[in-house]
Amino acid sequence: MRNIFLFIRRFFHLLLFLALEGLAIYTLSKYNKTHQAFFASVSNEVTGTISEKYNKIEYYFRLKKTNEQLVNENAGLRRMLSSSFEAPDTAKTTLIDSLAKDTLGVRKFDFLVAKVVNNSVSQENNYITLHRGAKQGVKVDMGVIGPDGIVGKVISVSDNYSRVMSILNRKSRVSAMLKKGLYTGDLEWDGKNPDYLMLSKIPKSAKVQKGDTVLTSNVSEKLSFPAGIMVGRVAEISTDQSSNFYTLRIKSATNFYTLQYVYLTDNLLWEEQKSLEAKTPKD
Amino acid sequence: MGSLLKNIIRFIFFILIQAYILDKVPPLHEYVKPILYFLFILWLPFGINRSLLMIIAFVFGLCMDYFTGTPGLHAIPCIFIAYLRPFLLTILLPQETTELSYSEPSPKSFGAAPYSIYVLILTFMHHACLVLVEWLQFGDFIFFIGKVAASTAVSLLLIFVTEMLFTRKGRYRTNTAI
Repeated sequence: MRNIFLFIRRFFHLLLFLALEGLAIYTLSKYNKTHQAFFASVSNEVTGTISEKYNKIEYYFRLKKTNEQLVNENAGLRRMLSSSFEAPDTAKTTLIDSLAKDTLGVRKFDFLVAKVVNNSVSQENNYITLHRGAKQGVKVDMGVIGPDGIVGKVISVSDNYSRVMSILNRKSRVSAMLKKGLYTGDLEWDGKNPDYLMLSKIPKSAKVQKGDTVLTSNVSEKLSFPAGIMVGRVAEISTDQSSNFYTLRIKSATNFYTLQYVYLTDNLLWEEQKSLEAKTPKD
Repeated sequence: MGSLLKNIIRFIFFILIQAYILDKVPPLHEYVKPILYFLFILWLPFGINRSLLMIIAFVFGLCMDYFTGTPGLHAIPCIFIAYLRPFLLTILLPQETTELSYSEPSPKSFGAAPYSIYVLILTFMHHACLVLVEWLQFGDFIFFIGKVAASTAVSLLLIFVTEMLFTRKGRYRTNTAI
């Protein structure tokens, strides 16, 4: 017993060093599971409040760009209003059955607006903090889209803030498709340039051209994105001789440098879809 | 100003500078990343207890991590350089009375050449450790070498500028005061 104490006293600094390193490695490796439940609520609130103060200053310098984005988006939405279309032939109106049947269908997606208070593009794994949390209805795994295109997904939520894993993150993987031909592939980021994303697993049978539009796919497995949200345009096509797939370099539609407002997309039928898929026999 | 108060202010200052200025700089290249925050550990006083030094480094690294959203990533290299620091100091410090006359490492207390070696080694160790952790998750060997080299160069430049801007008066402590 005495020898043990002597040993500990002699190598105390080395042992403390190893213990602290172990603790740090443990926090890093367990981050996505235990961390978010345990520390996120406290740390998100503190760093969120500081980031919000910083953003109040930064926001002024981005006002012009932000306004431009929002006005453009409004114009796009206005274009879709029914009043912008000439009504069909009204002479032959058919009587609408007044039975209680919702012709619009069931609402699938709900959108919440949120202010970006912290955003990084220079790290290997980038995260975004939003000023909207559990009290305002944010849940983990909600999709996040900006005025121009997709942004990421919510990974942890505290009372008033939420943390988003941006698609500029090595761990992020989103399902995306080509608008022409509806070929689906995996959208990832290679960590090099925040303006470009990589779309892999597009079969060589697809006729891809530079400038083709890439949208979020309608079979996104992990995220609750609405289908058909803009992702970007094909900038470069590289063929791998050994495999049957293209790897495409995509110019991102979202400008991550000037992101100020985003929408959280809530898939209202998500639970139902998940529970049905869980029930499916595995074989 | 007391040493404790000064270091608390530095603690907050370095984290805010890193999180809200250096991390906001648009990335020049995949490899080039300005990192300065660890200078806090290099500037801690000589007389600090070794275990306390490591605990401070751990807390400091973790605080940095909460701003970047990766708990543990910066804490690992911070503890590592805090562990290495005393060994380096015993090698580099002249063994005469000078080590008592200044309170913390600076070009004045060391002499410019030994101080640059001290900064160079610890910066390199910090970046090597930080990039190694990133490398284990993704990337290749060229990424590792390139990023360590480029980031070390940028950090050294930043430290040089910081030393020029904030000349710390190494507080002179006479033997009678001890």
